Parts: sequence; structure tokens; C-alpha cells
Amino acid sequence: MAESLISIRAVTKTFKLGDQEVRALRGVDMEIPKGAYVSIMGPSGSGKSTLFNMIGGLDLPTSGDVVVEGCRLRDLDSDQLAWFRCHKIGFIFQSFNLVQTMTAQENVAIARTFAGCSYAESMHDAAEVLKRVGLDHRLKHLPSQVSGGQQQRIAIARALVNKPLIILADEPTGNLDLKTGQDIIDLLNEMKQAYGVTIVTATHDMKMVSASDLLARIRDGAIDELLGKDQMNVTIGTIDGESVA
Amino acid sequence: MTDDQAQVRIPRQPPLSWRIVLRVSLAGMQRRMMRSVVTVTCVVLALAFLAYMLVLADITQALVELNDSKLNILLSERGVDIFAATQMDAMTLLLIGLALLTCTVGVANSMLMSVTERVREIGTLKCLGAQDRFIIQSYLVESTLQGLFGAAVGVLLGCAVAVAASSATYPGYVLSSFPTAVVLRSLLASMAVGLFIAVAASIWPAAAAARRRPVDALRVEE
Ligand SMILES: Nc1ncnc2c1ncn2[C@@H]1O[C@H](COP(=O)(O)OP(=O)(O)OP(=O)(O)O)[C@@H](O)[C@H]1O
Ligand SMILES: [Mg+2]
Repeated sequence: MAESLISIRAVTKTFKLGDQEVRALRGVDMEIPKGAYVSIMGPSGSGKSTLFNMIGGLDLPTSGDVVVEGCRLRDLDSDQLAWFRCHKIGFIFQSFNLVQTMTAQENVAIARTFAGCSYAESMHDAAEVLKRVGLDHRLKHLPSQVSGGQQQRIAIARALVNKPLIILADEPTGNLDLKTGQDIIDLLNEMKQAYGVTIVTATHDMKMVSASDLLARIRDGAIDELLGKDQMNVTIGTIDGESVA
Repeated sequence: MTDDQAQVRIPRQPPLSWRIVLRVSLAGMQRRMMRSVVTVTCVVLALAFLAYMLVLADITQALVELNDSKLNILLSERGVDIFAATQMDAMTLLLIGLALLTCTVGVANSMLMSVTERVREIGTLKCLGAQDRFIIQSYLVESTLQGLFGAAVGVLLGCAVAVAASSATYPGYVLSSFPTAVVLRSLLASMAVGLFIAVAASIWPAAAAARRRPVDALRVEE
């Protein structure tokens, strides 16, 4: 097995709402190897997004640790976390989260700017990546002027432009129809090959799962089952059946 | 040990240059024109009023100091106290204060709305590596530009109205004895006040926007 890029070690997360406690994660352990395509699957409220926030350095675990490339995220201050998110992580969201007042090219370029590139460099690199996701004819369009699938392509370009280690995609096909969703999954796979990034996705979508090297099923804040690529085909029927519920 | 390694391996995100901030803010303001117009209008109206009051007082005082007997009769008829050292009475100051307060609230309100509209956007930018500093800077750039522009337009407008009104009331006197230096000082003071209000009123909304953690910002529905 390849060396582990992300180590999730006994991670718990408890949210306090007044005097009530919500235990979103109850001890998650997981090793994600470099270059893997990992799908995290589980019912709504099982803690997928919470886990993503921990890996992306957006939130800290209540206990336990997330270690990326040997670096404990807990030890980083806010400026280091900003650098980490900028250079190491590419976020992709269910609702695309593009800046509505920026063109496709500017949406991608701003991420490059945060990495310290000049305006001209950023715009140039943005155009390159947008070309790779098949949007070279939409550079000057605003998000509201393109389709949902195209918006997600812009978001993928934005996530890739700084050549991150890890793409964190939280239900990237959740707002798309089947065909468009499939295209996005194919694109993610293609980009995984091209850029050598590690992809972690949360999904309800079986097609997403069959593309992945590792499948983690999460339930009530704990990993239920961890399946390698070879084990997946055997159980895929049951997973499919349950995921609809 | 791991702590030290982590410190070494992950550098701190350096701040962005003001030029980049300016560029991003300008583009954003252009595309959110309506929001900018609201803020600028607040500043223009309040500053026009302030400049009008100040310049009118300057001109009237200059006329008083001419000590022309015919003009003094005219001034007295208008209720001007020709023995006062200044034409700023308590009532005028109160009115000016109220106008400026209204302006401050208007700008703060407009900025707060602009922050609320963009909670998710700000959260997203922070996911991409933006620091709190960048968010605050871009709001400050925005309000400074709006303050400068609004104040300049308002001050010129107020001054023009004051000159026109006093020329109509005291025909033949105003332009010949125009207190240029004093009026210029009043205009500059008004500009400074306008700029100060625009920036001061946006600091709190900007800081509130920047401090919000991206996890919370992204949970906000649009
Ligand atoms: N900031 C928060 N404050 C309080 N509770 C939270 C917070 N974030 C998440 N939770 C709770 O933690 C649990 C896990 O939430 P999470 O968003 O991780 O689920 P999810 O698996 O991503 O679900 P979905 O598929 O609907 O996106 C839920 O019960 C949720 O209500
Ligand atoms: Mg979720």
C-alpha cells in the first residue's frame, strides 16, 4: 500500500447547542493513501461534512487528530491554515459556491491570486485550467450565465488551479442531473490522473462510488465499513439499496 | 517534535498587496453598482447639507465683515446677527449633527447588507486561502472609495447651492467679497468628515464579516 497522505486518528467532534450536545463524529480512524480516490458514503446527518471540515482545516476535532503529510493540523495557527487551504486543498461544494459577480476566469484566478501570483499570471493560469475542464469558450461568462454542470466545472478548475494535494468534494453531484453528474465524476477522475491529486468525495451517488479506490461507509459519526476496490463489487448491490433510503 | 516540524513545513500565508486588493474591490464594486449607489447617495446628501451650511455661514460672515450700511440692513432683515463673531448657532450645529448621524447609520446599514448578502462568498474565499485581513481590507477600500467620491460630489453640490442661494439673496455682494480661503477650508473639512464617516461606519460590518469562520458561513442558506 502507498504511503498514507491523510491520517485521521480517533477523531471526535461534539457540537454544543445550548445545554444539548450533538456528537457528530464519535471516533473516526482512517488512513488515506496518496493518489487515492476515496468515497465517503452515509445517510444525511451521519457526519460527512463535519469530517470534511476537519480534513480541510476548516474546523478542529474535539479530540483526536488529523495529520496531513505528517503535519498535525491542530498545531497550525490561522495564517498557516490559510496557507494550507490555499496550497494543499481544493474544495468543491454541492452548491458550487462561485462568486456571482466574477467571471469564470476571475473565479478561478482569485484562488491563484491568494497563492501569491500576480493578476496577469493568475488570469493566465485560470484560462489554462478552464481549458482543461472544457470551458475555454466560457471564460468571460458570469456563473449565472452558464449551466449547473458548467458551474461545477468552474469550481473544479478553481480547486485545481493551485495544484493541491487533496480535492475535497462534498456531494459535488448533489445539485446536478444524472447525466451531468456522471460527466463531473468522469472529469474528476480525469483530473485525478492528470494532476495526481488525492480525491475525497462525499456522495449518495453509486456511480461516484464505482470510480473510487476506497469506500468508507459512515453511520452516526463512525466508520461502519471500509472497502477496497476489489471488495466493492461484491457488496455494491447492498450499498446501492441502502443508499437510497 | 511534531509541533516543530509542522511549524517548519507549513509557512504562514503572506498578506496580499494593496494593489491586488484594490483591483478585486474595484471589480466587485462595478458589478454591484446598486449597492455602491446606495452608500454613495447617503454620503452625497449628508455632505451636501454639511457643506451648504458651512459655506453659507462663511459667506454670510464675510458679508457681515464688509460692514456696508446698506448690506447690513439687508442682512438684518434676513435675521442675521451682524454683531456675532460666527454664523454657526446651536440650532445649525444640531441640524448638521443629525444629518451626519443619519448618514453614518445609512452607510453602516448599506455595508451590513452587503456583508449579509455575501456571507457565503466570504466563507468560500476563506476556503480558498483568503485571510481575515483581506476581507477587512477589501471592505475598507470599498468604503474609502465610496466615501471619497460621495464626499467630493456632495461637497461641490452643497457649495454650489450655497453660493447660488446667497448670490440671489444679496445680489452683487457675494462674488466681489468671496472668502475663498475660508470656504476652501470648510470644503476640505467636510471632505474629511465624509471620508471619516464612510470608513468608520464600515469597520464594524467588515470586521464582523471577516471574523466569521468559514464552516459557519457556508452553513448559511442563501
Ligand atoms: N455547526 C453545527 N452546530 C451544531 N450541530 C452541527 C453543526 N454541524 C453539524 N452538526 C450536526 O452534526 C451532525 C452531522 O452533520 P453533517 O453536516 O456532518 O452531516 P452530513 O453527513 O454531511 O449530512 P448531509 O448528507 O445531509 O450533508 C448532524 O446531526 C448535524 O446536525
Ligand atoms: Mg453534508
